[in-house]
Amino acid sequence: MSLTTILMTVFSTTLIYAAPLIFTALGGTFSERSGIVNVGLEGMMIVGAFSSTVFNLSFANVLGNATPWISLLVGAVFGLLFSILHAVATVTFRANHIISGTVLNLMAPALCVFLTRIIYNGKGQTPVIDQSMGSFTFPGLSQLPFVGKVLFSRTSLVAFVAVFIGILSWYILYRTNIGLRLRSVGENPTAADTLGINVGKYRYLGVLISGFLGGIGGAVMAQSITLNFSASTISGQGFMSLAAMIFGKWNPLGATGAAIFFGLAQSLPIIGGYVPVLSQVNSVWFQIAPYAITIIVLVFFLGKAVAPAADGQNYIKGK
Amino acid sequence: MLSKSFKGISNALISIFAGFIVGAIVMLSFGYDPLQNYQNLLVGAFGDIYSIGETLRNMISLILTALGFAVASKAGFFNIGGPGQYLVGWFSTIAFTLNFSHLPGFLLITGGLLCGAVAGGIWSMIAGVLRAYFGTSEVITTIMLNYIALYFVNFAVKNWLAAKGSDSSPNIVRKASLNTNFLQEITHNSTFNWGFFIALIVVALIWFYFNKTRSGFETKTVGLNESASKYAGVNVKRTIVIAMLISGLLAGLGGAIDGLGNFQNISVSNNLPSVGFNGMAVALLAAENPIGIVFSALLFSALQIGGLSISVYSNTPSEIVDIVIAAIIFFVSIKYVFELLLKKRWFAKKRVSEKEGADK
Repeated sequence: MSLTTILMTVFSTTLIYAAPLIFTALGGTFSERSGIVNVGLEGMMIVGAFSSTVFNLSFANVLGNATPWISLLVGAVFGLLFSILHAVATVTFRANHIISGTVLNLMAPALCVFLTRIIYNGKGQTPVIDQSMGSFTFPGLSQLPFVGKVLFSRTSLVAFVAVFIGILSWYILYRTNIGLRLRSVGENPTAADTLGINVGKYRYLGVLISGFLGGIGGAVMAQSITLNFSASTISGQGFMSLAAMIFGKWNPLGATGAAIFFGLAQSLPIIGGYVPVLSQVNSVWFQIAPYAITIIVLVFFLGKAVAPAADGQNYIKGK
Repeated sequence: MLSKSFKGISNALISIFAGFIVGAIVMLSFGYDPLQNYQNLLVGAFGDIYSIGETLRNMISLILTALGFAVASKAGFFNIGGPGQYLVGWFSTIAFTLNFSHLPGFLLITGGLLCGAVAGGIWSMIAGVLRAYFGTSEVITTIMLNYIALYFVNFAVKNWLAAKGSDSSPNIVRKASLNTNFLQEITHNSTFNWGFFIALIVVALIWFYFNKTRSGFETKTVGLNESASKYAGVNVKRTIVIAMLISGLLAGLGGAIDGLGNFQNISVSNNLPSVGFNGMAVALLAAENPIGIVFSALLFSALQIGGLSISVYSNTPSEIVDIVIAAIIFFVSIKYVFELLLKKRWFAKKRVSEKEGADK
């Protein structure tokens, strides 16, 4: 295999595996920046994966090539609806954020597999989708020498969209009024309240955005990697996204970068066979790497001062 | 004190009731008969000796993982690492029992259980040490350790225990099993095993630990107020590490007993064992009370075992019981609402006359 082909394979596989993580990690960033800890990302992804797959299977013959992309939006909408549960519990009903997030993780697989069995005659998994997200070659850009072939041909378009959303999220959080307010209720809700910012509203916003993006993340997973839905479609990607968010210091750009890095770690066992040095390494190390690195980074580089100051604390007016 | 535990029990009962209502609504909206299904569930869980044996056996790991979660929680920590600790416990026990199968049965079982418990304890203690000395959030580290455990155990089972090309380890020798002929005979060949009694003894020990020992008391004070207990002379760092260690020992023991009593081997798995998360649910419903955990484990175990027969007797998917469980915990988590409602009614009764005056 030539170097260009190897690099192209590494780059495209990395992006395919990174895309779901990027969306979900960005979702987590919005939620935690507003002060709501979100360990329920896994559940939101499951709902997104399930709803998008069902939509895809039902409408593929009508919508044709556009199906996977519209399915992403369907996954996003259902992810958002599902996240209302977390928002209501934590913001309105003052539930412990971690318990509520765990409820999401318990509820999502139960509900989605329950519905799968009802829709598909008692089977625990859906059929495989016909219209999936294939590879994409950028017209024009792919003609560039070397770079064109490595970066822009037969690659994952949705991952480029994800990176764009990452940059957009950074702009929203750090360069707009809404972003400033959303961050302020996560840092010091009392001060924000004093300035007339509706703490509850912005926290709802943060959680709902995380449901929206987490739903997309799950949908991408189902539309481009597993191609169907079952109980094991989402197996830890939500928690890996949570890790990416922390690794990226609760910053959209950092989270995007970390998610790409984790995508690389996930794709290494797959492409390892083609690369001489990597084929010697047992794939278990690549599987463990994202989680071990997160712990190490957390211990030695971040400490506890990076998370939003009021992350995980319920805001009770007048206290 | 009495009113506090009364409040806890009434919160739990309201949550259970509300959870079953949610399950009934879900079933009704898809055209299934909730009453028939709940009846099947009850029969499936307690209908005959075999079912009772299964339900009691399923309680064992729920009790132990729940106790594990409760111990960490009393010290103020969320140990979400139950699934990982359970898994390394299960793995170590099977690995020990397979490697030392020449030992006499008693030593084999004791050594296996110890091995599993210690492995779980060490796994959890990593998070405890990082929390105590580096301030790293135990929520994140235990989640990460769960997945490290999952992939590592899969690797180890495939490469070290299983025969080439196989995804499961061989079965342990019969003398190492906690499921003896005697128990099989009296429970009509269910998987009920001696581990159940071990679990009950552990419940008593943990109750004793919290209520009668200095270390248990220190754990509770750290959970209530870290700075105050430090001021009062408690070694906070040591207490954190001990609490996380005990927490992991218990989850690891759960995996060990399931390994020797129920599974008899270990296989590669795609997902984390769900018992760890369900154990969390059990502990939350019981408000982390050791005695309460036994009852709460009985309920969830009955739901799970009975749930299996729901899909046998009707075409209702058995996942309905997981929906009920999740709903129950949702209601437990928003207990503030119930408290608010109770308070409002209380005030409404008390100030009904004043209010009427104010409204006019």
